[in-house]
Parts: sequence; structure tokens; C-alpha cells
Amino acid sequence: MRHVISALVQNQPGVLAHVAGMFAARGFNIDSLVVGRTESPDLSRMTIVVVGDDRVLEQVRKQLAKLVPVVKVRDFGEVKYIERDLLLVRVAVSAERRPEVIELVNLFRGRVVDVARSSVMVELSGTEDKLEAFIDLARTYGIRELARTGVIAMARDQQKAAEETE
Amino acid sequence: MTRKKTSKSAAATGYMGISGAELLHEMLLEQGVETMFGYPGGMVLPFFDVLYSSPIKFVLTRHEQGAAHMADGYSRATGKTGVVLATSGPGATNLVTGLATANMDSIPIVAFTGQVRSHLIGNDAFQEADITGITRPVVKHNYLVKRVEDLGRTVREAFHIARTGRPGPVVVDIAIDATTAKLAEEPDLELRLPGYKPQTVGNVRQVKLAAEAINASERPVLYVGGGVVLAGASDLMRAIATKGSIPVTTTLLGLGSFDESSPLALQMLGMHGSASANFAVQDCDCLIAVGARFDDRVTGNLANFAPNAKIIHIDVDPASISKNVVVDIPVVGDAKDILTKMLPLIQEKDRSPWVSRITEWKRRYPFRYDADGHIKPQEVIETIGKMTDHDAVVATGVGQHQMWSAQFYGWRRPRQIITSGGLGTMGFGCPASIGAQFALPGATVIDIDGDGSFSMTMVEVITAVQYQQPVKFVVLDNGFLGMVRQWQEMFYGRRYSSVVHKCPDFAGLARAFGAHGIRVSERSELADAVGEMLKHEGPVVLHAEVEPEENVYPMVPAGKSLHEMELGKLA
Repeated sequence: MRHVISALVQNQPGVLAHVAGMFAARGFNIDSLVVGRTESPDLSRMTIVVVGDDRVLEQVRKQLAKLVPVVKVRDFGEVKYIERDLLLVRVAVSAERRPEVIELVNLFRGRVVDVARSSVMVELSGTEDKLEAFIDLARTYGIRELARTGVIAMARDQQKAAEETE
Repeated sequence: MTRKKTSKSAAATGYMGISGAELLHEMLLEQGVETMFGYPGGMVLPFFDVLYSSPIKFVLTRHEQGAAHMADGYSRATGKTGVVLATSGPGATNLVTGLATANMDSIPIVAFTGQVRSHLIGNDAFQEADITGITRPVVKHNYLVKRVEDLGRTVREAFHIARTGRPGPVVVDIAIDATTAKLAEEPDLELRLPGYKPQTVGNVRQVKLAAEAINASERPVLYVGGGVVLAGASDLMRAIATKGSIPVTTTLLGLGSFDESSPLALQMLGMHGSASANFAVQDCDCLIAVGARFDDRVTGNLANFAPNAKIIHIDVDPASISKNVVVDIPVVGDAKDILTKMLPLIQEKDRSPWVSRITEWKRRYPFRYDADGHIKPQEVIETIGKMTDHDAVVATGVGQHQMWSAQFYGWRRPRQIITSGGLGTMGFGCPASIGAQFALPGATVIDIDGDGSFSMTMVEVITAVQYQQPVKFVVLDNGFLGMVRQWQEMFYGRRYSSVVHKCPDFAGLARAFGAHGIRVSERSELADAVGEMLKHEGPVVLHAEVEPEENVYPMVPAGKSLHEMELGKLA
């Protein structure tokens, strides 16, 4: 099963190597790992997508928490949360068929951020599933280049009942 | 440096103006360091200059690996934190095996390594190695210090991390300019460890649940590991065992936490454990693991381990719980805290049917050997056990002699055995025994070693001679790498591949090193040889020529269940 884990870590040299090394040494597979700054200059947030059964996930959580620079670990498995992945993709398309691609991008609420004679660059964010769906459709035109950030996530505030609108 | 030990408060003052090397020395004194082990070199010269007039005893070893194992043995013998120091590059990389050994067995060590000037780091400078990168997977934590302002706090954090929670080694790599620079202002020494909060206090509800399960059990077994020794909880564990009539088996690292002369003692369990311990574990209805981690050498085939038992697991490391075996009642925390809470809840209970079954297993399947032909390695160990009243501190290398030591010495008290369990580091015994002797000046310290293990690090006998440490080194020479030979005999059709191990005259070598040397090859001379060794006041090497093809039994073949052990001559 796919789990999104969020770890608050001390912002110091070597932390990424520490976390990535632990995953490699213990044979845990990482689907994606994102590191970024937080509201506090002393802390960074790592968002890690891991696939495994409950036993594996329990070990991942515990081994992460055991690392000295890791301040807090949260598994989003049991709470409502929002996740986002950001995609940049260069789609091969001729000027004649360009409107088709633009329509597709609009349907997915993405943006065309660069246009050339035989390609367009598209920016799109959303869940991994949504991005996969777009990539699948874009393949029919041809994908020249693709980059994704990996997933970041945040739990919903329990007090607000607003549903994600997609 | 004339300043006395400073107070432990973070507001310690008076450091402004001193160099990083002097500050490091002050911090070591503050941490109570009396002895450290290591080797000098270019990038640690400023600190060695401070050591010149220091009250700290610095032990110059012959190899940095030896220094790391000595710091480890020093810690295992006493519970104090071992301290080791090496220079950059090769000095630091030579520590790696020692760090990994300590890490697997949760031994508190702080290792200081020199590093090249901070602006040269990453430049492939002379004797540069990325030691934080290299050691990260084999230590509890590590640091690279580039600024003198960070040095004091880092040293405090390193010692704190090494000895709290589940203990372990911590490396502090220090760029040389951080030791030569002078402090321009008072350093901030407050610990900054927001992510480090070991859970030491056991949950009362869990303790109660565990006690209820134990009280309800007809056939309980305590399975005790090194964590009990580390926590100083052996006495409490003994009290619980006695009160509830609960038989006790120990892991290799747990040996001595329970007196093996007790009727409740099952001795060691696992691959080369006693038949009674393995039968009892497979038959028990409640297994109480304390400070043990269900290692594969202990459990055998996991699917069939303690199949009828409710499993209670007491451990300070939450990540150890349900890692290998799914646990029914986990209790996370320090063993001392948990067992203190548990003792009053344990009911005195008559378990005589269970205890008499165990007594019968013990009677039928003791560890045994045939004393014929060559001297048997087991009888050397048994003789040493008797002649030291089972009271010596015994270090070992790794292999057959290690297992025979575990089986035949007759362990009585915690911190008596000093052995590499988790990593299985050959060559550990010789330096570790010297470290233990430094920690316990009056004690009888014996390294029971194999010819293979001893050959790896025997150069440290010179260190024992230089510092007049009266360690007794016993080399059981069977002319083979015995454990590998045993596996080749049992599982590879006796095709002995690269296990014949030609030895020098270790007694003569000892004399060349400046130690006393004794060689024995006849059974009739064994007791006299051991007596001579024990009586001699300085370091001694006893070279014992033993049966070449003796095997360690019982043996649970890898992947089999504990009750499927091969009893060999025991059957």
C-alpha cells in the first residue's frame, strides 16, 4: 500500500544523506522524496512516498523517528490530507494540433508556460493520479522531456470541513 | 591547563580566549573522562599538545581498530562511555569496524577524529576522508565540526546521545582549524536536540498487562539480552525470576545477567544454545523478552519460533518491537524502570511441574564433550572457569571458541563477558580485554581467543606490555578457522576451502613482545599451565594446542527451528 510520510527534520548538513541512507540500508523503497524549507529556518520538511505493507511502514516510521535530526514523523495513512505533485512536461505537437493540447491542458487546469514551433511546455499540479492521467494522454502526441517534483502533503485542519475541489 | 572540572550547567563560563583543542579537553574532563584510547596524527596534533599535561590517561595503541575495541571493552566492563581518538583519513577509517561492532551491541562510545582544514574539505586533501559519510550507517549519530563555536555543545551532545536511550557510538569529526582557533566569545553549550527524546519511562498500563500475562502463565520463560546488562537491571530481573519461579535463558550478550548455577538458569539459547533453553522456548506459553531483539541467531526459523507463547517484549528502542517477531504485549522503556514497576505485580507462584521438566532437560542434555585424544577446547575453558571461581572478566574473539566460552565458562554476574555479538567481529577479544583491564585494574581479565581471531589483532599485546596491563591471553589453536571449517564439514561435504590456518609459536611471539609465554599440548599439563598463567603478574599468552576438528554442539542449522537442533555428541 502507498503511504505518504512527512518528517520534520533539523535543517543541517547531512540530514538528507542520513534519511536516504537509512532507507537504502534497510531496503525500504522510496517512490519519491521531497525536501523543502518550512515556516521555521531551523527545520526542513521531508515528504516521502513509500510503498509497503503495514509491518514495513511501521518500521519505516520507527526507524525515521529514531534518527537524531528527525524531530517529528507523521504518516498520512489515517488522516485526511491534501497532496500535490508538480509536473513540467514538453509535449511534441505541431502548430496545427496545438489547440487540441491546449484544450487538454485546460481540462486538467494546467497552464501552457512555453510555446515553440513543434512543442509546448505544460505546467500542471495535482495528485499523482491526476498527473499520471495527463501524462498518459500527452503520450499520444509524444513527450520530449518530463520533470516532476514528487509529492508534498499537508493534513486537513480538523475543524474545517471543506472538501477538496478537483 | 590548570582549570578544575567545571560545573555541568550550560552557563559554564571562562572559556573565552581558549583554543578549540583546550575546549575539547575541558569538555572531556566535564564528562568525567579518565582514560582514552587512540593514535596521533597530523590533524589532531593541537589536541595532543594539550594532552601533554593532562590528567587524562591516553593509551597509545598499535592500530586504530584496536583503540576502538579497547574503548568498547572499557565500556562493556564498567558501563562508562568509552572514548577513542584518531587522526583524519586512514586513522578514521581504521575505526569503522570498531564503531560498527559497538553499534550492533549498543555500546556507548564517543570517537573523535581529526579532519582536514575546513576550507579544504571535499578537495581530496592529504589524509582526507568523508568520515561522517563513511560512518553514518554504523553509528548512532555523527557530527562534523567546522567552527570552534560549535565544538563544546557538540561534545556534550555526543556524550548525551551515546549513553542515553539505546546506547551506541557517536563520531565527532573535527576540522583542525576548529581546534586551533580561539573562542572569541563565550560559547553556547546548551544542547540542541529537538528530535532526540528517548522513551525511558515504561507505560504503567502495559506493565500491568505484561504482569497479568506472566501471572496467568503456566510455563513462562524469561529471554534476557544485553539490554538488561546495559540498563543495570540484572538484579531486578533475578528478583522477578525468583519470585515467580520463572526459568531464564540469556542471549550471548545477556550472559552473566543470571547466575548459571541457579536451578532456574537455562544458559544461552539459539543456534549454539543449550538444548534445555531451546526446548523451553519452543514449549513455553509466555515468553518475556527483556532487552533482547529476536536476532536470527537466537530465533532460528521465525515462523516456528516459540509457537505456543504469548510474547512480551520490553525494550528501550521502539524500532526493535515487532521488527522480527510480532509481539503481543510491547513495553517500551528502560528495563530498570519497567522491571521496578513490574516486580511488585508478579505473583509468587508454584510452577514446579514446569521447573521439573526443565530440570530434566538440563540433566539429560548438558553441554558436554569427550575428554580424550588431544586437549579439547571446551576443557581449557572449563578449567579456566573453575580456577578463576567463575569470577574473571572474559573477552572473546568470534567463532567456535566464542561459543564454547559462552557454553562452558559458567557465568555468574553481569558485565563478565565481553564479546562481539551482533557484528561478530573477529579480532575483538585481544584489544577489548585490554580495554577492560584498564577499566578494572585489580580484576582478572582473560581473553579466550581462537588462533584466527587472535592473529588479526594480536599486535595489541605490545600495548598491554607497554602499559603493564596483566591481561591473560589464551589462544585455542586448532590450526583451522574452526567455525567455517565446521560449516564446510556439515554443509559442504568436508571440502575444506581456505580454512587451514598455520600458526606461529604464540608463546615465543609473546616473549618477543615482552610478555610471558606458555605453550601447552598435553592434557596432563593443562591445569598447571592455566595456574602458571593466572599466577603471573604481567601479561601472558597461553598457546594451547587443541583438537583440530572439534565441533560446536548443539547446533540449529540456519533456517531450522530451535527444537530441530543437531545435538551431536549430546544425543
